[in-house]
Amino acid sequence: MPTIEVENLSRIYRKYSEQHRFKTFKSAILKGDLFKSLKSDEKVYALDNISFKVEKGTTFGVIGENGSGKSTLLKVVAGISKPTTGRVNVNGKVSALIELGAGFHPEITGRENVYINGVMLGLRKEEIDKKFNDIVKFAELEDFIDAPVKTYSSGMYMRLGFSIAINVNPEVLLVDEVLAVGDASFVPKCLDRIDEFRRRKKTILFVSHDLITVEKICDRVAWLKNGKIKALGDPKRVIDEYIQDVKSKKETDFEKEQQEEAQGDLEEDRKGNRWGNREIEIKKVNIMDLYGKKKHVFSPSDGMVVEMNFNAKNHLKDFVFGIGIFNTQGVCCYGTNTVLEGYKSESVKGSGSVTCRIDSLNLINGTYYLDVAAHRRDGFPYDYHRNLYSFMISSDYIDSGIYRPQHSWKFSPSIKIRKEK
Amino acid sequence: MRRLLNKFKGLYKYRVLIRTLVARELKARYRGTVLGFVWSFVNPLLLLTVYTVVFGFILRPRDPSFNESPWVYALFLFCGILPWQVWFAASSQESANILIAQGNLIKKMLFPTEILPIVSVTSNFIHFLFGLPILLLFVPLMGKTYTPYLLFLPIVIIVQYTFTLGFCFLISALTVHFRDIRDILTNLLTFWFFSTPIIYPMTFGPVQKHSLLKTFLNLNPMTHIMWGYQNCVFYGELIRWKRLGVTFLVSLILFFVGYYIFDRLRDSFPEEV
Repeated sequence: MPTIEVENLSRIYRKYSEQHRFKTFKSAILKGDLFKSLKSDEKVYALDNISFKVEKGTTFGVIGENGSGKSTLLKVVAGISKPTTGRVNVNGKVSALIELGAGFHPEITGRENVYINGVMLGLRKEEIDKKFNDIVKFAELEDFIDAPVKTYSSGMYMRLGFSIAINVNPEVLLVDEVLAVGDASFVPKCLDRIDEFRRRKKTILFVSHDLITVEKICDRVAWLKNGKIKALGDPKRVIDEYIQDVKSKKETDFEKEQQEEAQGDLEEDRKGNRWGNREIEIKKVNIMDLYGKKKHVFSPSDGMVVEMNFNAKNHLKDFVFGIGIFNTQGVCCYGTNTVLEGYKSESVKGSGSVTCRIDSLNLINGTYYLDVAAHRRDGFPYDYHRNLYSFMISSDYIDSGIYRPQHSWKFSPSIKIRKEK
Repeated sequence: MRRLLNKFKGLYKYRVLIRTLVARELKARYRGTVLGFVWSFVNPLLLLTVYTVVFGFILRPRDPSFNESPWVYALFLFCGILPWQVWFAASSQESANILIAQGNLIKKMLFPTEILPIVSVTSNFIHFLFGLPILLLFVPLMGKTYTPYLLFLPIVIIVQYTFTLGFCFLISALTVHFRDIRDILTNLLTFWFFSTPIIYPMTFGPVQKHSLLKTFLNLNPMTHIMWGYQNCVFYGELIRWKRLGVTFLVSLILFFVGYYIFDRLRDSFPEEV
């Protein structure tokens, strides 16, 4: 028998404006329809017809963007929220780590709060007596346990909350993104404790944005998007699908932004970033991948093609085309032009295009601005576009610096080391 | 009905939690003050002083039963003000806020919400109990004597407990949806205070003469509860059994209605607070 069973679960939230509230109050008093008027017409599906099962002793991960319904799902499974339709069945004692230390009273001491929180979580006083030392030791709060909780730092608060919740010894553990605030030494400790839970064949429902941890500890993963299950099954496959989706969303967002900027009345602003006598006018700049497809979000190892479409009014002999890549701090990451690369201009007239092909960008994560320019050899500008175009590098790796050369690692056999992603 | 009864059985299950939370409230209330628990005694004393000065010495007692003595009148005042101000009004005002103030418990934990108003009423009840010895201490000091009718005090207390709890269930649940109640309540309580024979006795001449006023006061359940306290402590008479019995019945109905509405609205609390 599965420990957690969710069948056709939907959770609808009401959404109503301030005005609606006021109407409700008035009508509740005048017409007495207290219960009826609480039903609102605008509905938001936080969870939309969700079904899954979690077998005993397994760890089930839930991933998804903010607002996808993960926390709502956890709250419904925990029994805090009721399903609007559908059924949730949980066998065994549940402990939910949704917000650590939610029941703490700031004025009273850590010791008293441990007892009160323990009772709230369903422990008897004698049970807490027995576990008290473990709880305090795990939270590393031996020196502060008799101080009022309001004097605790947020880390101490969280450690004590986690320590109590995990010592309740539940059959089913629900974890919601609570490890985000822990420091570098406490988070591994928590993960160890969760690992221990898994070894003892307890069931865990794990909600997190930390995909590495999810892949490591979960047996199965569900990906929620807008309240629906988009994918369910093997962690690696589901997480990959999710990452792909996030990337493509970034791409469309970025494009939209670009379009909005181009359409908006930014023309005035843009004037300050564009100068020159327009003897050669750069009409349009396209940023594409190596196959000629328009693109704005790249991986560090991707290539990029910059195409400038121009129009030269007169016959010109002296001209240079150049590009420059700047990061958000204004540091020039790379700049070059046709002269520097050894091209000697001879003549240009009418419209045409110049393309610069970069085989591999080799930049770190972040947003970059592109300068393009056409000018004379002595620097006199025909058309200079400063920071008018941008693109993004999105990578799983968070490296430092500017430049990410292609590289690899090698270790002698005496080193024990393992790659996680 | 059976469902409701089962829920009350559930409440019994939570008695440890209720006890723990009441203890927490009492501990936290005076934490950080110099006088600490002494405040539980000092507060009613200060309250008594204010009313004695204003109503005893400035406005003077008017009913013949006070023998023109401000001190006797002070004792009479204290009989009503203590259960009203320290217990009933304090619980109501606290309950109007308690679900919102403790939103964390409702939203982030699996927590039996209905015990929050119970905790609020009970912790204020304990403050009332702290004030009770002071009231009794003043009986001989203010020129009255102890009578065996004091033994009926627990009956009055039970009626008030039931009534207060029912009222607080109703207030706490409705305030979640209509925050306006908090403001309405403040004014309502002032109005209610003066519509209850606390600063004047039920037997006061002008009240008895005015039949509409008399009926109005008789319809107010708090009238009979306050009168009960005055009977036991001040007058040294038998409580009015019939009146108090009907009041108890009304209190029970309020309690069930309050709990029923609370229960109906319960599922909406996590998203509304």
